[in-house]
Amino acid sequence: MSIAGPISLTSSLSRGRRVRNRLATAGVWLSVAAAVVPLGFIVAYLVQQGGRVVDWAFLTEDIPIISRGGGPGMGPAVLGTLLITGAATLMAVPLGVLAATYLNEYGGKRRLAGTIRLMADVMAGVPSIVMGLFVYSVYVLRFGQRGFAGALALGCLMLPIVIRSAETALQLVPNELREASTALGARTSRTILTVVVPAALPGIVSGALLAVARAAGETAPLLFTIGIVNAANPNLFDGTNTALSAQIFSNARLPFLAAQQRAWGAAFTLVALVFLLTAVARVIARRFTVR
Amino acid sequence: MTLTTARAPSPTPPHRGLGSARNSLSDRAFRALTLTCGVLVLAVLGLIAVSTTTEAWPAFREEGLGFVFGTRWAPSAGVFGSLEFVYGTVVISAIALVLAVPVSVGIALFLSDLAPRRLRRAASSLIDLLAAVPSVVYGLWGILVFAPFVVEIYDWISRNTESVPVLSTLFAGPVSGFSFFTAGVILALMITPIITSITREVFDTVPASQKEAAYALGATRWEMIRAAIFPHSRVGMVGAVLLGLGRAMGETIAAALVIGSSPQITARLFGTGDAMAAVIANEFGESGGIHRAALIGLGVELFLITILVNLVARAIVNRGLRRP
Repeated sequence: MSIAGPISLTSSLSRGRRVRNRLATAGVWLSVAAAVVPLGFIVAYLVQQGGRVVDWAFLTEDIPIISRGGGPGMGPAVLGTLLITGAATLMAVPLGVLAATYLNEYGGKRRLAGTIRLMADVMAGVPSIVMGLFVYSVYVLRFGQRGFAGALALGCLMLPIVIRSAETALQLVPNELREASTALGARTSRTILTVVVPAALPGIVSGALLAVARAAGETAPLLFTIGIVNAANPNLFDGTNTALSAQIFSNARLPFLAAQQRAWGAAFTLVALVFLLTAVARVIARRFTVR
Repeated sequence: MTLTTARAPSPTPPHRGLGSARNSLSDRAFRALTLTCGVLVLAVLGLIAVSTTTEAWPAFREEGLGFVFGTRWAPSAGVFGSLEFVYGTVVISAIALVLAVPVSVGIALFLSDLAPRRLRRAASSLIDLLAAVPSVVYGLWGILVFAPFVVEIYDWISRNTESVPVLSTLFAGPVSGFSFFTAGVILALMITPIITSITREVFDTVPASQKEAAYALGATRWEMIRAAIFPHSRVGMVGAVLLGLGRAMGETIAAALVIGSSPQITARLFGTGDAMAAVIANEFGESGGIHRAALIGLGVELFLITILVNLVARAIVNRGLRRP
């Protein structure tokens, strides 16, 4: 859909109108620059500072206990981010997809469904630190800090995002598919499981990946729930743990250059991970969606 | 398999409310499963509200209304007044909005109207990248790169506005790289994508006929925007701004790193301050007893404020998007 631009009979435009138009156009381009330039700076710094530090040793070795000291690495944090985010995904995605299935396939316009949708939106707006405080109150106070608590907090963060994107994906599946399946004699549950969900799968997966990317980058929910470690801890249920985001936060405030360099390296790794997930999500959404 | 079409097919039953003859056990079980998951959302949200309030209760009981309106926060003396932090949260969110809204509207206009077709997708992806950067990375960049760099700019502004009436109070020294304004700038970067994407959605609902009518009457592009796009989108834009506000108020990490962490209620934008989410993050580790309860109470306070802002925003955005 193209819209005809203004006809440039410049002699028929007053000078004032022409100037205002040019100013406005310049303003729009300036605002695009205002967003893109800082992003460019940040990415440049990340690549420059982080790229210097990140190598295989960095990604696998333990975190030095004496933070003033130089040297790698962020191995425990990498492992922690992967495990904790992975656990959160395993909890939030199935739950969220099932809830979205209820909302779109069974709930429709009923009051309960409307309430759930509203509350999911409210939950999406809860500050991430409050999620951390919540898990602290119900889990950490009873069982102590451990990786699983962080996974719970991140899961709560992911749940509303997954529900919203899964519901949208389910809504986009044409009704004709459902009606055809029913006409062939399938039960509702079978229709949903074998026809609707597979058709909506690209959208669901894409939305889930975006939620994972968001969760991997979160710090606040992890602050009081997972504690800290210097050596890799592959057990989510035993002992404290750490993650890339938490390490960046704590190292950013230390005055030691070595610690700051580790922070840049961790940031580089984290951003690479998040960008990768986001890019894959967008590719899946674009390439495989049934239109 | 051949489909016989000799007879007119009997009308397919509507998808929902499928005939009870088909309600086998597995069907009902599946439905119950999805319903449980849906209700779980309500349960979790309720649990969040109840558990945090319970943990915070000792502090609320001790301070009463002084918790919200008290201006002194002194954990060692057992005094917990949160007003300085509420002030800080409001100020940095306001700065973030003032900076982010014009930029976001500009980008949204770019994406929906001004961009050459080929640039549109690239620009859109760039804005998405801005949204994907984790907040802690913004904070890292802020504390190690931006804050030290920007002090000189603040100083320049401060010295050059000494004689201007309102600005001299706002920009009075002493200036610090770690201040309300820096936090506001970082937050502005973070909330721009969300305001942009919603505003752009709203702009895209403007009927092409309106835009073409404006052009047909001889309008320049800017005049078309003012005549056709803005009036139609006013309500939606307000909603988008409020959603950005909600996000800014809840943002913890980036603000915690650059705000300066010394709370005060002052009009000096280049002075240090503190905000609700930031102080929770900073003080939690070494707190205990009633101090910790008070921090959780701050969380509850923040929770309530952001819920309010988000609910109002959603109501407005839904009304704005519903127009054909």
